Amino acid sequence: MMTNAQLDAIREKKKDLIRVRRVIKEEGEKLAAKTGYRKQVLVCGGTGCTSSHSMQVIAQLEKSLKELNLDDILVVKTGCFGLCALGPIMIVYPEGAFYAQMTPEHVKTVAEKHLVKGGEIVKELLYQGTVSEDGSIIPFAETPFYKKQMRIALRNCGVIAPEDIEEAIGAGDYQALEKVLKEMTPDDVINEMLASGLRGRGGAGFPTGRKWSFAKASPGNVKYVCCNADEGDPGAFMDRSVLEGDPHCVLEAMAIAGYAIGSNHGFIYVRAEYPVAVQRLKIAIKQAREYGLLGKNILGSGFDFDIEIRLGAGAFVCGEETALMTSIEGHRGEPRPRPPFPAVKGLFGKPTILNNVETWANVNPIIMNGAAWFSTIGTPNSSGTKVFALGGKITNVGLVEVPMGTTLREIVEEIGGGIPNGKKFKAAQTGGPSGGCIPAECIDTPIDYDSLLAIGSMMGSGGMIILDEDTCMVDISKFYLEFTADESCGKCTPCRIGTKRLLQLLTKITEGKGEPEDLVKIDELANHMKQSSLCALGQSAPNPVLSTLRYFRKEYEAHINDKICPAGVCKALFTYHIIPDKCKGCTLCARNCPVKAISGEVKKPHVIDTAKCVKCGLCIANCKFGAIERK
Amino acid sequence: MEKMVNLKINGISVTVPEGTTILQAARKAHIEIPTLCFLKDVSCAGSCRMCVVEATGARGLVAACVYPVAEGMEVRTNTDKCRRSRKMTLELFLSKHKKKCLSCERNHNCELQKLSLGYSVDEDRFKGEDFVLPIDLSTPYVVRDNDKCINCMRCVAACRKQHVNAIGPIGRGFNVHIGSAFDRPLSESPCVGCGQCIVACPVGALSENSTVDEVWDALGDGTKKVVFFTAPSVRATLGEAFDMPIGTNVEGKMVAAIRRLNPYAVFNMDVTADLTIMEEASELINRIKTNKPMPMFTSCCPAWIKFVEQTYPEFIPQLSTCKSPQQMFGALLKSYWCEKHGIDPKTLYVVSVIPCTAKKYECKREQMAGDVDAAITTRELARMIKTAGIKFNELPDEEFDNPFATASGAGTIFGATGGVMEAALRTAAHMLDGNFEVLDFFAVRGTQPIKEATYLVAGHTLRVAVTSGLENARTLLESIKSGAKKYDFVEIMACPGGCVNGGGQPTLSDSIRNSVELKEARAKALYTSDVHNELRRSADSPVMDVLYDEFLGFPNSHKAHEILHTSYKENKKI
Amino acid sequence: MDNKSAFHGSAEQKARLTAVIEESRSTPGCLMHVLQEAQGIYGYLPIEVQTMIAEGLGISLSEVYGVATFYSQFSLKPKGKHRISVCLGTACYVKGSDKILAEVEKQLGIKCGECTEDGLFSIDSCRCVGACGLAPVMMIDEEVYGRLKPESVKEILDKYREAK
Repeated sequence: MMTNAQLDAIREKKKDLIRVRRVIKEEGEKLAAKTGYRKQVLVCGGTGCTSSHSMQVIAQLEKSLKELNLDDILVVKTGCFGLCALGPIMIVYPEGAFYAQMTPEHVKTVAEKHLVKGGEIVKELLYQGTVSEDGSIIPFAETPFYKKQMRIALRNCGVIAPEDIEEAIGAGDYQALEKVLKEMTPDDVINEMLASGLRGRGGAGFPTGRKWSFAKASPGNVKYVCCNADEGDPGAFMDRSVLEGDPHCVLEAMAIAGYAIGSNHGFIYVRAEYPVAVQRLKIAIKQAREYGLLGKNILGSGFDFDIEIRLGAGAFVCGEETALMTSIEGHRGEPRPRPPFPAVKGLFGKPTILNNVETWANVNPIIMNGAAWFSTIGTPNSSGTKVFALGGKITNVGLVEVPMGTTLREIVEEIGGGIPNGKKFKAAQTGGPSGGCIPAECIDTPIDYDSLLAIGSMMGSGGMIILDEDTCMVDISKFYLEFTADESCGKCTPCRIGTKRLLQLLTKITEGKGEPEDLVKIDELANHMKQSSLCALGQSAPNPVLSTLRYFRKEYEAHINDKICPAGVCKALFTYHIIPDKCKGCTLCARNCPVKAISGEVKKPHVIDTAKCVKCGLCIANCKFGAIERK
Repeated sequence: MEKMVNLKINGISVTVPEGTTILQAARKAHIEIPTLCFLKDVSCAGSCRMCVVEATGARGLVAACVYPVAEGMEVRTNTDKCRRSRKMTLELFLSKHKKKCLSCERNHNCELQKLSLGYSVDEDRFKGEDFVLPIDLSTPYVVRDNDKCINCMRCVAACRKQHVNAIGPIGRGFNVHIGSAFDRPLSESPCVGCGQCIVACPVGALSENSTVDEVWDALGDGTKKVVFFTAPSVRATLGEAFDMPIGTNVEGKMVAAIRRLNPYAVFNMDVTADLTIMEEASELINRIKTNKPMPMFTSCCPAWIKFVEQTYPEFIPQLSTCKSPQQMFGALLKSYWCEKHGIDPKTLYVVSVIPCTAKKYECKREQMAGDVDAAITTRELARMIKTAGIKFNELPDEEFDNPFATASGAGTIFGATGGVMEAALRTAAHMLDGNFEVLDFFAVRGTQPIKEATYLVAGHTLRVAVTSGLENARTLLESIKSGAKKYDFVEIMACPGGCVNGGGQPTLSDSIRNSVELKEARAKALYTSDVHNELRRSADSPVMDVLYDEFLGFPNSHKAHEILHTSYKENKKI
Repeated sequence: MDNKSAFHGSAEQKARLTAVIEESRSTPGCLMHVLQEAQGIYGYLPIEVQTMIAEGLGISLSEVYGVATFYSQFSLKPKGKHRISVCLGTACYVKGSDKILAEVEKQLGIKCGECTEDGLFSIDSCRCVGACGLAPVMMIDEEVYGRLKPESVKEILDKYREAK
């Protein structure tokens, strides 16, 4: 069993090491001297960077350090830094040099030129956003991508080595658990959560404190605490990043909740598609048990709490709380009607609370800094921050955490760096298959639960996909309906049959067979599903359709009445043509055409046989003269 | 004391116990809310969304069948919003439903049809892509046409309640369909043929594998002598198919109706129920006296027998070797009766009318195939009567044909859970102790899950147990297996409540089924008949004397074994 | 099942599955875990494997099958030696992952969900591997390929073909 004193000792030991990674250069240098490490090199080991081979970067780094006899440099494999598009990312402290898109070759260079004693930052390999025009280096925290962010949930992501519990402790994890067990009653904890105004970050935004207080009030000796890590929104990876970057913060928060509601048993339901996160969680749980931070009599308080991991198996509906519990129970992940609510009758029929990963990640800071502090962040009804997975047609694809109330414009134009290739912003899709589109005219909407609902979208779990002028809104709502039709569990009628029929209507429109009355049907059916489906999946499945109909009705009408897809996406509604005046007869298009639909003599205008053309778009992508058009 | 909750439904105040659903509370206010996936005692999933209502304090529409009432709640069941939602739900159902309504056997008795009419739906509004699944004709008892299925899951709930789990939902989303594992035919599943799924089905997706056409053919075939006999419980339920109150005993009209189908004879299966008792009581006494492994289990329910062979083969040696009354009757007709009347058994066509679908399989078991040519359910008989244009309700009461007309009340109560036990006790006790005069064994009657009693007869302690429904049977068997319970004689019927609630009984509309205690009401008809019968003990029936004198010799004689007993075979299925 | 896909389980595989069942059977709700392990052992979940699980856990085959067909990760058919998974998550979709999938299908001459005749490749689609920064992506076995273009597909597949 670990004592509070031992915990303090670990904190003391790791304090400076971690602090070097959080402070600005000058102070860092002073601190670094105290840590015994001249430099620390942090390499992202999150899924995004791993996919772009950051493990090879680490291997090369270690090799180079050995070859160069640099034994006063610490290599730390961290979680996500956020700027996934620039992966693999490597940061060197205390300078805070932010290297992007590293290759083993680059690493060698950095080791030889920068990491050696008296070395200098290799500017050309830095993320160019951190190099100003005059050649000076901007601290990455001051770059547009990071400047407007406020990292609460992600506080330790990209800062610590997630597979080392001592780093986590050094960074502040388990301090809140210690405080709660030592100084607070269960009611104090719940009151703090209530006062903080924290709302569930999984989508619906139910006040976390209220959930906990219901579960506490439910009678029973056996209660459960669950973590929803079944991040199903395609295009969202906030929870994954937290689990990969700071798994202990989730374990700690679940133990705090267990203490508050009177539960000794937790479950983390995590997507099997997240092997790295699962592995880190397993390690974290094992270490927490070894350190006595999970298990019997935690920190001598008499409080017992342990956590089991359960893997999902590919069902989006299991993100719905009752379906998730049915799945943990080993059944088909079908939702159950509520009431009874899980706080009364949940997992295995016992009172249960379920929060998603990001919600859990906010617990420690609330306990440590107080509800009053937390509630000053964000907006009155949506306190705190929100993490978004920014993706799609945006320059800085990645993970961002901003205070609630930040406008979409700030996220898109400043943090996100705008739309690439000079295209126009068309809409942002939030909330994934359950959410809706925020059109360009609402770009100044502050992002919080209520504002998003008011404009027909929803916060969702935090997926934010930016769409540009090349995106067809009918096609995008069809895309989401395909998803929900595929993921509907099939239990209730409106969702089981409704998603399919709605999808068919949308398909009909994108195929140019739409009729005016189809829009009436779509509207009625969508509202029916919203109102009468059993669970949130069915109730929210029509949101992408309803919101695009609300803001982009003209686009639907163009498909139906004029048989035109304005964005040029719906293949049935356009053909490719070569503009003879512009064609130089370079033959590039003909050579790239997979179906040999383009013919012509060299240096003479070519022709596309529209009967043969499969509209793959390769010709247009390859033409250097803009001689091919869609119409 | 239960906490009571006050609420208003469509403006009408009702007070109901806490935990009551809106659906139940509405009934108290004499308001019916349409349902499809809900079935009292069987299924409550809240999934079909037909019963949506508006309730204060709830977001959107809520499913009345699962939504609990709350103090001060105001519920509206018939608003425009509710009706529109129900209508669209129906239109969605119909967009994925094989609408062969005209020839569907549930035509005019279909919940979906009834509601569609009520909500004036457009059945083609959302027509679109569908998948076509084969009709499963693999078993002699159940036919599944999944293209008519509306995924209400009532059949699955019924099968689960039976703890058989032969069927379940397969796949996900729009592609969810009901079937056996790996979509194999039902014949390869552990299905026992009880037919509880059929009576649970609100539409025509499930029905018995009908042999009505063969019976018509036989009736029309001049070279065949067609003989009908009817099982005890059929008289208690056939009236339901002709809109008579539940629990009406229509024995006389039933005989009259069958006679108007022009068979050679109409017999009473209660007679072989008596005969079963003669044999089974003797077997029981013999087992007690020879210290054979106990308890002995009844064997008249073919679904139960199939269940033992598949799931609990270790109990096979403890099954009574007596054939069921149906099979005894068939065997007796094709031997004794043919002999006596000089009829070539090959020209005899034996039709049993039974409340059961498993009996269709029983008469095809290799150990006794050929004794009964066709087994038709109560539903099938009702259809035949209707097709023949017989005005059932106007018929006079008529009597069964001799020599198989007279039976004891003990034979009649076979149709209800506990009936076989009580009948056996009446005769066995009397066989052991000639002065034992008790005729009513109330402890074994009723629909409690497991009934137990101990009787002291002629120095023997007789520990008995009765149960119905395979869920309860499993519990009972496990307690016997573990040694926690010890009995001498156990009656098990596969269908909850026994044959009166059999899988071949008339399918009642939800509005009736969800509001009456079906099993009790039907059983009452049989017990009433028993009380009014002068003969209460099987052994007292004069027909028994004739049969044993003229043909069988004595109970458990060599001849009796040859004609009236059978054997079982392990057949593990998962 | 046809002969081509007849089940060939080894005694070693059976022993491993039996061990998993034994160790899990007392845990409430263990069916999913056992199915996942079984798929890890056999690569897929044919009737023989599911029957072993049903018998081992004392539940009906129909229930096991119901669960196995509910979750998209469980496969009833053998997969290819190399499992290709094209991400159709939103971030990848808006960057044209449907075209990547079409190209993979075209290259291999099979549809999504199928396996090539020589058993070398099978194609599936998935919903977000979480590498949205690299969209569009596909995975082959454990390897993630990002920033794909339809024309780069052939080269990637060739790598695996040659390694055969």
